Amino acid sequence: MYRIRFHGRGGQGMKTASRILGSALFQQGYEVQDAPRYGAERRGAPIFAYVRAAKVLINERGIIRHPDLVIVADDTLVPIPAAGVLAGMDQHSVLFINSSTSADEWRSRLNLTGPVLTLPLTADIEDRAVPYVGAACAGAAACLLGVIPQQSLAKAIEDELSEHGAEVVRKNQQKAAQAFEAIAKHTGIVSEAEDISAHDYVDPGWLDLPFEQASISAPTIHAGLTSVEVKTGLWRTLRPVIDYERCNKCWWVCSSFCPDGAINVSNDGQPEIDYDHCKGCMVCVAQCPPHAIETIPEQQALQREEQT
Amino acid sequence: MSRALLTGNGAAAWGARLAQVDYIPAFPITPQTEIIENLAKWIDTDEMDSRLVTLESEHSMITAAGAAAATGVRVFSATSSQGLLYGMEMLYTVAGWRAPFVLVNVSRGLAAPITLESDHNDILAARDCGFLQIHCTTCQEVLDSTLIAYRLAEHHSVRLPVIVNLDGFYLSFTREPVELPDAEAAAKFVGNYDAENVQFRASAPTSQAVAVLGGTPYSYFRYEIHLAAQQGLKVYDEVATEFAQQFGRKHEAVEAYRCDDADYVFVMLGSFASKAKAAVDQLRDAGWSIGLVRPRLLRPFPAERFYQLLKSKKGAAVIDQNISMGKGGVLHSELASVLYGKPDAPPVLTSFIGGLGGRDISQEELFEMAKVTRDAYEKSETPAPRLLFTQDEMREVHKLQAVAHVERQELEKDHE
Ligand code: SF4
Ligand code: SF4
Repeated sequence: MYRIRFHGRGGQGMKTASRILGSALFQQGYEVQDAPRYGAERRGAPIFAYVRAAKVLINERGIIRHPDLVIVADDTLVPIPAAGVLAGMDQHSVLFINSSTSADEWRSRLNLTGPVLTLPLTADIEDRAVPYVGAACAGAAACLLGVIPQQSLAKAIEDELSEHGAEVVRKNQQKAAQAFEAIAKHTGIVSEAEDISAHDYVDPGWLDLPFEQASISAPTIHAGLTSVEVKTGLWRTLRPVIDYERCNKCWWVCSSFCPDGAINVSNDGQPEIDYDHCKGCMVCVAQCPPHAIETIPEQQALQREEQT
Repeated sequence: MSRALLTGNGAAAWGARLAQVDYIPAFPITPQTEIIENLAKWIDTDEMDSRLVTLESEHSMITAAGAAAATGVRVFSATSSQGLLYGMEMLYTVAGWRAPFVLVNVSRGLAAPITLESDHNDILAARDCGFLQIHCTTCQEVLDSTLIAYRLAEHHSVRLPVIVNLDGFYLSFTREPVELPDAEAAAKFVGNYDAENVQFRASAPTSQAVAVLGGTPYSYFRYEIHLAAQQGLKVYDEVATEFAQQFGRKHEAVEAYRCDDADYVFVMLGSFASKAKAAVDQLRDAGWSIGLVRPRLLRPFPAERFYQLLKSKKGAAVIDQNISMGKGGVLHSELASVLYGKPDAPPVLTSFIGGLGGRDISQEELFEMAKVTRDAYEKSETPAPRLLFTQDEMREVHKLQAVAHVERQELEKDHE
């Protein structure tokens, strides 16, 4: 059985990627299971999707613990533990990252022994926010599996996206084909792992859940809305930046509208964005009366920060 | 018949479409909403001839479903979790009206804390209300069960509403190959709804479900519901047999997988049961004599079937994806009540609580549960019920508790 996991952010089309790959495998005569896992169900939050494919009926279900192939649509996710990109990978698992950083660099950063491949699927950074990255990821996965011909990939894209119109289908097919061709020399690199043996398996390590008093065991966050310690700013793909030349310190429309309470107003009336918790919804950008808040891709903002 | 990739939600919507339902009262809730969206789209494009009405709550939605069913039309609705519980008062009420319809529930754990992922506490909270319950393991079953459910609900000796249950995420959002029966064959199978004397009309008023004085008539009416539900066992078998003849898929009231010669069995409900099937295959490869017993029909409870399947086994590992607070696994206690005092009942019935709030149950854990059950048989000593929870998970919880601790301290600092 093939077990494939796609990792990305909400809005990057990971569900579409898994469906395109699922459809293409189904056309090739495989039994297929594809599914997204939405996590926090918010744009920019880490999500994953998975595909299983086998020549026999599939009884396995849910999370893929031991992937044969992991495709990462957004390289900023790799170091975030909550995204679980590397979970269950071993020597045989292939890791493919949409990244302009080299595979060797990632291999040494992550201390991996299995095959790592990278490809900048998204030519310019803005592309990260658009759904083509999903189709490109599906294209790369199809090539790496080596059991899906290009026509089948194109047909799967048509089946999955036809309701969005011919132009969307064509663009996605083009992006997928580009990715497919760009890594053609690695065609078929993915192998199917053996099933776990009931003879010889790792003990699950159960414990007896201890009783704890309600003062500890009630599900309470000691803060409003969301936990201060959980940096939801990691979900951001776009960053709002206040241009203080233009900001007239109106009646802090931005701060009132921010659904996450991530804009504080200082004692002298200046709005300040808390980037640890701003999720990049861009509500403030839309609301600011003198258009004093601009939008930059998070990736670009991070690069700028690195340079300074 | 064509084979296509469909989600569990898609399969449920197809079931309603193929059953040619007349009326769909709706209210959105994750992870069910997609069912209603599919139906709304088909009605919009004239692929379905039904009326869909959005209500202001599940309480009203179930009232509308029951009221519409009482006029003798075919009704479909769907909900999940908090929604099912919000409609709970009306679940009991409309079942008492004896007006049949089909409700799909997409299982999701209950608050608090709130979650989107699945377990069976929502559907089991509706265990005693008079709705019959069919539980699904695959997307195919969701579609087939919806068709079967109409036959069961509308049967003259049953005439009770039926819930078809599928697990959130693991089925609702998971695509699998599903055979779509062709529309004519499905319509022929489901047949026309003969509403008998269920004929509520504006011009011909009837009083539905009147008040009673004293316990005597009350006992009569309530117990008649119970008896009708029990009739459902025989009716279900007939309908499932007919379904198998027409479509080639047999959906037994209790599925028995590799059980005939088994010494041990897993017993569980819902989508995770297919993982247990995979574990059975793997354990058999390793020399085990083990199988899976999986109730598809939970109400009425196929007690005799269970007894026949479990008789002479050495042990059964009952895995409950639910928890009755202060008691334990619901399926475990139901099964124990069926087996108590019966000749050749398995001496060991181990109890495991797992998969709460969508927590995965790994293959290794299934192997381990088999082992615990065999050890129990060999030592003639049944261990205490166990929550499937690992040391790693405890570490994860401790981390969250540490965060909460830090934040409380900061809050206290602010208040000083
Ligand atoms: S983008 Fe603006 S409104 Fe949205 S979370 Fe960030 S600061 Fe708040
Ligand atoms: S809404 Fe715009 S002008 Fe008003 S305080 Fe915020 S940034 Fe300044």
